Amino acid sequence: MSKKVQVKICFGTHCYVMGGSHLEMLEESLPAELKDYVEVSGSPCFGHCEEKTAGTPPFVEVNGTIIEKANIELIINYIREVLADGIRE
Amino acid sequence: MIRRELITRLCKAYLDDKLEEIDRIPLIMAPRKSKQESRCCAHKTRAVLKYRMMALLGFNVADEVDELTPLSTYAGYALRKKNKGEGFLTVVDEACYACNKANYVVSNLCRGCVARPCKMNCPKDAIEFVNGQAKIDPEKCVNCGICKNECPYHAIIYVPIPCEEVCPVNAISKDEDGVEHIDNDKCINCGKCMIACPFGAIMAKSQIVNILQSINSNKKTVAMVAPSILGQFKGSFGQMVNAIKALGFDEVLEVASGAELTADHEAAELKEKLDEGNKFMTTSCCPAYVDAVAKHMPEIKDYVSDTPTPMQYTAKMAKEKDPNCETVFIGPCVAKQAEAQRDDAVDYVMTFEELGSFMLAKKVDILECSEEIDMAEFPATGRWFAESGGVTKSVLHRYEDTSFVKNMTINGLDKKQIKLLQRMPKLKVDTNFIEVMACEGGCISGPGIACNPKVAKKLLAANLKSK
Ligand code: FES
Repeated sequence: MSKKVQVKICFGTHCYVMGGSHLEMLEESLPAELKDYVEVSGSPCFGHCEEKTAGTPPFVEVNGTIIEKANIELIINYIREVLADGIRE
Repeated sequence: MIRRELITRLCKAYLDDKLEEIDRIPLIMAPRKSKQESRCCAHKTRAVLKYRMMALLGFNVADEVDELTPLSTYAGYALRKKNKGEGFLTVVDEACYACNKANYVVSNLCRGCVARPCKMNCPKDAIEFVNGQAKIDPEKCVNCGICKNECPYHAIIYVPIPCEEVCPVNAISKDEDGVEHIDNDKCINCGKCMIACPFGAIMAKSQIVNILQSINSNKKTVAMVAPSILGQFKGSFGQMVNAIKALGFDEVLEVASGAELTADHEAAELKEKLDEGNKFMTTSCCPAYVDAVAKHMPEIKDYVSDTPTPMQYTAKMAKEKDPNCETVFIGPCVAKQAEAQRDDAVDYVMTFEELGSFMLAKKVDILECSEEIDMAEFPATGRWFAESGGVTKSVLHRYEDTSFVKNMTINGLDKKQIKLLQRMPKLKVDTNFIEVMACEGGCISGPGIACNPKVAKKLLAANLKSK
């Protein structure tokens, strides 16, 4: 596998207040086997909080796909899916 | 998060001048046929939301006389500053129904044995056998726990009642209907029950409507932000200040500046008191602790520092500059409301959670705000007050030689620590300076925070390093 899974956490105030602050613990909560395959970064407001259709904050983007109502478990599950798909290809 | 959504919607209704429509909020948040994950139906959820909103408007839920009174009427009362009743925490009775009345419950591991040591040893005759299994009558049970220890099958379990468990002063208890009640004569407003209740059934009474009103008025409104803000939001301190200004506050003061004065004064006071032969002195900046001393620990009353708190110093500075301004303390604390009530210089108290929600309502994003502020001073050691141990550090920083100080930190006030403090005057220990924070971790873990305390600790550490 060449490229790491890119996880971008929205640090905009809307997301942060609605639970995004919790997601700052994502990196330390990553299971050991995933650590080397994931890159976590923060971002200013994605702009999704303004769009009615994007869902409910906090938002996270995993390889460009938006996850709404993000929590650590949800993100890790999604990373696993992405990685599994990568291996299949 | 539901509380944050409610506050945001309330602020938005005020800002849009649509307070008369807030009766719709519970309906919007729980549509009629929507599935409820943890409550029986949308109607129950709506009722809970209504009463939580009533608390956000500042009223005691228990004070309702007519169930048909709509939220918009309460909003009107709030705007006209009607008396909001005693106390600062209120129980949303609609939401308080799930906990067991007794702390002990018989599980299905009960074999219905012949010896029945549980029944034999129960001092209150509270155990009956129904269908071959023991059953505890919650009306009779006094939670002594003997049955649990006697059962050879470990079939009896202890089920905590979260709010009662964490209350350091036994101020909350169930009435005959099983609903919790707060005894204001005992309550120290620490807010631990509010954090502990998994049903969100305990709410701090908010002053947000009156704060919005003050911002809207032509009086100058001054925000006084507690040092712990440095662990609450993503962004630099300058950005936070500018975000608060974007909300409409005319001026932002750092309570850390007041904390500098508190530390100066407290350092001098400690030396003086020890020289006079006092055995020890405790800090006085945590209002829940100060209330706990007044209500539950008269034996150490004379040992508490007389130094004004950072909030009091800061408010005084604000009023000296402009006697007509209205001051709003913004912090993580519920008990500060009680302190503010005793201090004429503090007009309102707001939590970080309310501040964050207000930003959402007004669409202010901290990271988009400018970093530029002019700060005449940089209250570095005052900012340390944000976490447990920080006050001590700040006071000690004022001495050249600190060897005479034997300090102790009470990081979180619970039943045990209260007992310890009560015994302090008689104990043979050489502690002479005690810092007390009611919240474990200090202010950054208060009941009114907007950010996860673990993350807050890291954010604060990073922000204390940078200027
Ligand atoms: S704050 Fe996260 S999308 Fe706007």
